[in-house]
Amino acid sequence: MQGSVGYNLGFAAAVCLVCAVVVSSAAVALADRQERNAALDRQRNVLLAAGLASDDERLDAEAVAARSARITPVVLTLSTGEVAADVDPVGFDQRAASIDSARSAAAPDNVAGVMRLPNEALVYEVRGEAGGVDLVVLPVEGLGLWGTLYGFVALEGDLRTIRGLTFYEHKETPGLGGEVDNPRWKALWPGRLAFDDDLGPAIAVVKGLAGSVDEAPYAVDGLSGATITSRGVTNLLRFWLGPDGFGPYLARLRSDEGGAG
Amino acid sequence: MSKQREALIDPLFNNNPIALQVLGICSALAVTTQMDTALVMCAAVVFVLLFSNLFVSLLRNQIPTNIRIIVQLTIIASLVIVVDQVLKAYLFEISKQLSVFVGLIITNCIIMGRAEAYAMQNPPRLSMIDGIGNGLGYAVILAGTAVIRELFGSGSLMGAQVFALASEGGWYTPNGLMVLSPGAFFIIGFFIWAIRAWKPEQVEQD
Repeated sequence: MQGSVGYNLGFAAAVCLVCAVVVSSAAVALADRQERNAALDRQRNVLLAAGLASDDERLDAEAVAARSARITPVVLTLSTGEVAADVDPVGFDQRAASIDSARSAAAPDNVAGVMRLPNEALVYEVRGEAGGVDLVVLPVEGLGLWGTLYGFVALEGDLRTIRGLTFYEHKETPGLGGEVDNPRWKALWPGRLAFDDDLGPAIAVVKGLAGSVDEAPYAVDGLSGATITSRGVTNLLRFWLGPDGFGPYLARLRSDEGGAG
Repeated sequence: MSKQREALIDPLFNNNPIALQVLGICSALAVTTQMDTALVMCAAVVFVLLFSNLFVSLLRNQIPTNIRIIVQLTIIASLVIVVDQVLKAYLFEISKQLSVFVGLIITNCIIMGRAEAYAMQNPPRLSMIDGIGNGLGYAVILAGTAVIRELFGSGSLMGAQVFALASEGGWYTPNGLMVLSPGAFFIIGFFIWAIRAWKPEQVEQD
């Protein structure tokens, strides 16, 4: 009977069931396209970090592929920094690896809020004619205010100077922490130094204005109204550039360079 | 016929959801810096309004009154998730710019308001038309705001440069206020003023 508790429960259950079927079929049916878009967007962000594309350009799949021509994806064993030759970089999904217990391990206690570290990590290298590294693009992730920020940081061939930083996925508040996407803020990064003279990660997002690259080589302007996001960006960079992140890989590249030159 | 006409035309200016009822302001401020995001947002809202009104109206005699709001909300939320999934699959760039505001259509008072105030009392056909009408009423204000904000804030329309910018050697210095949310507040305020000057019966009496 309408109005009885049984009717209400039954009606609510029926509505939920129908809505759940509609929502999940939409999600499943569109998953392929969404994943392709997300992969393309990730690659576009690699180009953004590397300074090979700018934010106001709309690149289609072909343009992204063309500009990626010199960029080689490389899968590393994260703990040693050596190339993991048995893993194919094409189709390697680091984020899937990080949540697969067979291919990841619990991360040591860290400020970036990273819970698990993948055994293998995907980086991007641009090598010059002589074989030396011109540019590396490293994936970074860490907690902001509302969720994890995923992005890329690119380092110049000296493995110290930042070429660019970009985030392709985050849940920060639009207008506040969401300003990590603001091209004007991202333009503050190129030229800053990620490491100090002793090669410890030194880059930080500071409160207020940091000043020009010459005045403040290790600091970037904070985002107003977004203290926790700003701190999160500092923490995630310090973590991934440090010994538990890509430290071993960068050390190997430095000694390779030293040996070659 | 005249009732259907009224359901479609009335929300455009006589009973505009933004200008008269002052609903849906949050998204109107957030997504109107550019034409393309504003138009996609309008299409999404029209779609959600149309179908939420239709489904609520179809079920209006079955929905138990004491759980009607949550039933309406379930229907609206499902439609919004479907829209969000479609945008992520087919208009990825724009869906990224719209970010949380697509999801926030769920909380847009226009949609709940029409479901509760109209679709619960009226037959499906009329409710659908009312949904389209109110969606278009929302769209008129959003599109108008976006034209002004994009033109004076970035000197472009639909991403195509109209005014040559001073930073690129042209003559036009963009108005920074237009790019910021408060800019939309002023423009919507002027719209409300203009509509009420044109139709003085909308002015609230003290």
